[in-house]
Amino acid sequence: MNRLTDALAPLGLILLLLGAWELACRMTGVPAYFLPPPSQVAVAAVEGLPVLVPAAWNTLSVALVALALAAACALALAILVGLSPLIERAVRPLASALQVTPVVAVAPLILIWAGIDHPERAVIALAVLVAFFPIFSGAVTGLRSADPDLERLFDLYGAGRLQRVLRLRLPAAVPFLMEGLKVGAGLAIIGAVVAEFAAGSGGVRGLAWQILDAGNKLQTDRMIAALVVLAVMGVAVHAGLERLERAGLRWWRGR
Amino acid sequence: MSIAAALEDVEVDYRGRGRALGPISLTVAEGEIIALVGPSGCGKSTALRLLAGLEPASRGQVRRAAGRGETSVVFQAPTLAPWMSAGANVALPLELAGTPKAEARSQAAEALARVGLAGTEGSRPAQLSGGMAMRASLARALVTRPRLLMLDEPFAALDEITRRTLADDVLALWSQTRPAIVFVTHNVEEAAYMAERIVVLTRGPGRIAGEVRVEAPLPRPPGFRTWPVFTEAAETISALLARGAEAGP
Repeated sequence: MNRLTDALAPLGLILLLLGAWELACRMTGVPAYFLPPPSQVAVAAVEGLPVLVPAAWNTLSVALVALALAAACALALAILVGLSPLIERAVRPLASALQVTPVVAVAPLILIWAGIDHPERAVIALAVLVAFFPIFSGAVTGLRSADPDLERLFDLYGAGRLQRVLRLRLPAAVPFLMEGLKVGAGLAIIGAVVAEFAAGSGGVRGLAWQILDAGNKLQTDRMIAALVVLAVMGVAVHAGLERLERAGLRWWRGR
Repeated sequence: MSIAAALEDVEVDYRGRGRALGPISLTVAEGEIIALVGPSGCGKSTALRLLAGLEPASRGQVRRAAGRGETSVVFQAPTLAPWMSAGANVALPLELAGTPKAEARSQAAEALARVGLAGTEGSRPAQLSGGMAMRASLARALVTRPRLLMLDEPFAALDEITRRTLADDVLALWSQTRPAIVFVTHNVEEAAYMAERIVVLTRGPGRIAGEVRVEAPLPRPPGFRTWPVFTEAAETISALLARGAEAGP
């Protein structure tokens, strides 16, 4: 009973807000190009579905490819950093600089480098850039999180550097890596969308392009429909990763 | 009498915290059980890490006869890796030393059986009780058949009954291979029960406040806690501790 009301509460709020929105539109007679009522957005969403779903997949696949690349780079670099304090000192400021630089500001440059014919490469590169930092910093923290007494045991048993990384530090870092991946996945989607905006109409047909295109034509209902799809996709990815994380943690802890 | 490990006029300073231990001299003979007793912060765990070769001394000499892989440590917490099964945890020291995996695993299963945990190879540490996890930790320390076994307040987190059973089990295991044991504790009765020689440290920076010998058979016979030797030893240790706590640095 309680769980049912818990699950229904957000739905109730959404319905309430939609109702108020619909009512306000009808009572004030605001023009549809300015603010379309939700009913019209729903119609636009259903009609646009054949276009919106491939566009969403386009954005999502870019984000996932970017996430995989970012994870591989971040983990490799984190292990290097873990092996040598000197490399860590060298890398830290650069990584921080990368983190605080807004992706929109770097986008034009990356677009030039990727070449006018391959804006999708630029979009992937930019999403990688955004997703990299949380995974990297999670991995660095995680690689240091091993129980100090376990580290002492590894000293005692004369473990080599590689053994220590593979058998102690990497497995100890797993919870941190999963958290970093979860945050990184959300950021990769945001990065992909922002990069698509920066790429403009240059042939990348993701969700951002749908929003831009509809905006140029003043089709506000299509804009909002694309936004809704984007939000639903984000929520679904987040929920999926959260589940994965919980299952992963249960396996890691052994209960 | 050959030596397992020794501290000679050793002092340890920690940066920012000053003197942590010493000056102290202590010799551990082969096959001997020594208890290091002292108040919290007296540096007894530091002394243990020195003897294990895990930490350098600031001044003085540390001698160790035990080679690589011949020293084992059991910490206050079981310190098992949660992502590995009990069997894999116990096999770890062997595998790190290059023993083939299958061989290491079968020796780990034997070691687990010796500490009374037969058949738990596949369990994760989280599935073991506190006492069982401590036993698994003990199995990991014994699997390499060490000459020098360090126990750093190993029973501190356990209840009294588990603690007493484990004390008897450790002594029974000791009688099989007779490693030298250094046992750190702040529990007076436990020290008098476990060790033939009890070294009492002053409050930090720890120096030796005195030594007590318990002349009685090891492993302890049933009802040993009521023997006059035991109660007298416990009284002497307490008195030394009290005197050591007054003594200023």
